[in-house]
Amino acid sequence: MKILLPFVAVIALVFLAYAGVGVAKLHFLFGVVLPYAAIAVFIFGFIYRMFIWGKSPVPFSIPTTAGQQKSFPWIKQNKLDNPSSTLGVIGRMALEVLLFRSLFRNTKTELRDGPVLSYGSEKFLWAAGLAFHWSFLIIFVRHFRFFMQDVPVVLQMIEGADSFFQVGAPLLYLTDVVLVAAVTFLVFRRLAMPLIKYISLPADYFPLFLILGIAITGILMRYVTKVHIVGVKELVMGLVSFSPVIPDGIGVIFYIHLFLVSTLLLYFPMSKLMHFGGVFLSPTRNMPANSREVRHVNPWNYPVHVHTYEEYENDFRDKMKKAGLPVEKE
Amino acid sequence: MYNGGKIIAGMLVFLAFFTFPFYYNLGKANARPEPKLNTPVIQQLAEKKCVESRDFMRAEHMQLLNDWRDSVVRDNNRIYKNREGKEFSISLQNTCMNCHSNKKEFCDKCHNYMAVKPYCFSCHIEPKENKS
Ligand code: HEC
Ligand code: HEC
Ligand code: HEC
Repeated sequence: MKILLPFVAVIALVFLAYAGVGVAKLHFLFGVVLPYAAIAVFIFGFIYRMFIWGKSPVPFSIPTTAGQQKSFPWIKQNKLDNPSSTLGVIGRMALEVLLFRSLFRNTKTELRDGPVLSYGSEKFLWAAGLAFHWSFLIIFVRHFRFFMQDVPVVLQMIEGADSFFQVGAPLLYLTDVVLVAAVTFLVFRRLAMPLIKYISLPADYFPLFLILGIAITGILMRYVTKVHIVGVKELVMGLVSFSPVIPDGIGVIFYIHLFLVSTLLLYFPMSKLMHFGGVFLSPTRNMPANSREVRHVNPWNYPVHVHTYEEYENDFRDKMKKAGLPVEKE
Repeated sequence: MYNGGKIIAGMLVFLAFFTFPFYYNLGKANARPEPKLNTPVIQQLAEKKCVESRDFMRAEHMQLLNDWRDSVVRDNNRIYKNREGKEFSISLQNTCMNCHSNKKEFCDKCHNYMAVKPYCFSCHIEPKENKS
């Protein structure tokens, strides 16, 4: 059920778009209204979530320390794994966001005969995750050629590199292959490993299936059941210049692709996909490990009224003197 | 908000990136390409038809060219029979570019719009553009 439900949901979305455009001819709804709504929800939802997260206090200084902290000058500090300065934190964040450094330390636990519990390194998740995210980013950036009237050279260079091997026509993109392979691996990882399968929820499978659906419809559209691409660009340019048009003869598969993308954008701010923004706000990563130098004040602390000894003495100095008690100030 | 400055800066970057197409294209007309079909050869055609139907050509011409290439280079078959049973001799230069001898006004119009640069003409000979 946990797996079937999200799978059926994605299939249902495909059929919904097919019925909506192929049968009911709701081109304007699926080609203009829903994409606009999805973009709006994505942008405002994203900012709203970040705002909520930004408002939540961080009670303790909890950076993870995976190396020598800053100490005596003759002890070498690990500046990236235990950063004490802003620069170090930026370096650590960059490695985290761009290379998933903490996932690289992923381990697996096994119970061997004996019984012995053993730990080993597990790099497949890191490798597949990295391959997936980078191809997704490249594919996303590549799509900007549909969004821009004159396409900058940088984008054309990315495309050239991506289709470097010049297989077939239209040229095969390497990222298409890598993305599908990586997402498939990520799905099978959840299915094949009993522990992971046990903790996986529909909300874990749904984005995977949805992204796989987007990738497959995109690939079908480029290599198999082709669409009128010039028309597609016209539609997209109409959207981004706020003068929507629906050119005819595009092909239903494009609207299915677009609908799945709209769903992804709608779903994004209310799902685990918000780790895109969340990774930047993880206190274990983004706080400098300087708890010995800088006091971290818990914002939850009550404003406690403190009566210091100095104030006490001011109140009772005369009486204390009369009683012969020692005072600090005469 | 805690660390508000940094979060707001991050959000501005986010906004700038994701709304990029909306402001990048401001003031640029949505100029869709109009490939020109007014070459002498096409004008002399009794029936103004491409190798296949127009809709097919629009979507599939790269696939067709790929199949043509395979057919010649791998199977030594230089005759293409279209869906209506009409035969064409397979050649990029002598068939496609014979009718579409206005490459700059035809092929390139679409390709520039889509920012694709087919690399075919680094080997195959481009038609000499005689403006008609
Ligand atoms: C109606 C517009 C249009 C016309 C006219 C047109 N093309 Fe294309 N062509 C396209 C589009 C769109 C693509 C695919 C772009 C993409 O994949 O994004 C393409 C792709 C190609 C490709 C594959 C290139 C690659 O790198 O994947 C070849 C080869 C090609 N066209 C050859 C030609 C030739 C030769 C002509 C002139 C006889 C021509 N085209 C005319 C729109 C057009
Ligand atoms: C017999 C002459 C002839 C030949 C050969 C020919 N074309 Fe065409 N082509 C035409 C005509 C005429 C049209 C316009 C068809 C129409 O409007 O229905 C056309 C239309 C097209 C279109 C669609 C343009 C648009 O406005 O969307 C493309 C793309 C195209 N041709 C590419 C090719 C390619 C690639 C080849 C070689 C495989 C080729 N043509 C061979 C005459 C020809
Ligand atoms: C490296 C040089 C080179 C490039 C680049 C190249 N071709 Fe060719 N092509 C050839 C050669 C050589 C032949 C064989 C010619 C023959 O046997 O008649 C050929 C044959 C063909 C043929 C069949 C015969 C003919 O006369 O047209 C087609 C169609 C074709 N190529 C299409 C393409 C397309 C489309 C592209 C771009 C995507 C392309 N070629 C890029 C070298 C090249």
